[in-house]
Amino acid sequence: MKIIFESCSENEAFARTVVAAYITRLNPTLEELSDVKTAVSEAVTNSIIHGYENGSGDIVMECFIHNYDISITIEDFGVGISDIEKAMEPLYTTRPEWERSGMGFAFMEAFMDELKVESVPGKGTKVFLKKTIGLCEEQD
Amino acid sequence: MLKENVATGFHYEIYKNCLIVYITQDLDHHAVKFLRERSDKLIEAGDIKHIVFDFQDVGFMDSSGIGLIMGRYKKVMFLGGRACVANVGNVVDKIFRVSGLYKIIEKYNTPEDAIRALEVKV
Repeated sequence: MKIIFESCSENEAFARTVVAAYITRLNPTLEELSDVKTAVSEAVTNSIIHGYENGSGDIVMECFIHNYDISITIEDFGVGISDIEKAMEPLYTTRPEWERSGMGFAFMEAFMDELKVESVPGKGTKVFLKKTIGLCEEQD
Repeated sequence: MLKENVATGFHYEIYKNCLIVYITQDLDHHAVKFLRERSDKLIEAGDIKHIVFDFQDVGFMDSSGIGLIMGRYKKVMFLGGRACVANVGNVVDKIFRVSGLYKIIEKYNTPEDAIRALEVKV
């Protein structure tokens, strides 16, 4: 599944809802569904406010399912990240004036099994997210 | 007591010096933009000291919601007040736990419990 959408805050809900619908066939628990939705929301929000600095641009989201693994990539062609390690530190934010909590990458890391970030300053950023669905014990 | 319904996904009550914000939509960066502006106006307009966020109708939240709460927490803390959350469901609770928000914000079952704990003078 591949979709390209405009970088605007209304599309944050759109993107996570699309992914949630896409992974329904893996029969995820409510918790797994929330985890994936949160991670997608964080990555898309990053692209909108940091990548494109609230300006216009395209965000490309690709998802595929292999066995019980869901892989998601979210890519923008914005300003990029010069120091990825620093960007991924919990509570670090380049935008304290916007009240960003600095927890975007920390949440992606906490809620998914794998997180990988590739970025070239001036070219853009690509975030890889992966999670195995169905690992948790069956919940009510 | 003052009450208002707006189409922007939340309504509020002011009880004495306590602002209760009932959030009625998913809390992401998009939603937070409106909520931040509205709640700050209310804090600045009245004699608000404490703030309580009600999450009864919130089915989704990301780190933008943490930014919102921490920002309002700093505001009321500066006024000598406290910040609380109420009616926190499983989804939102996990976000609060992972973020460590409970180190600074108090959790209560209902807004009424929060108000009682804040000892808002009648």
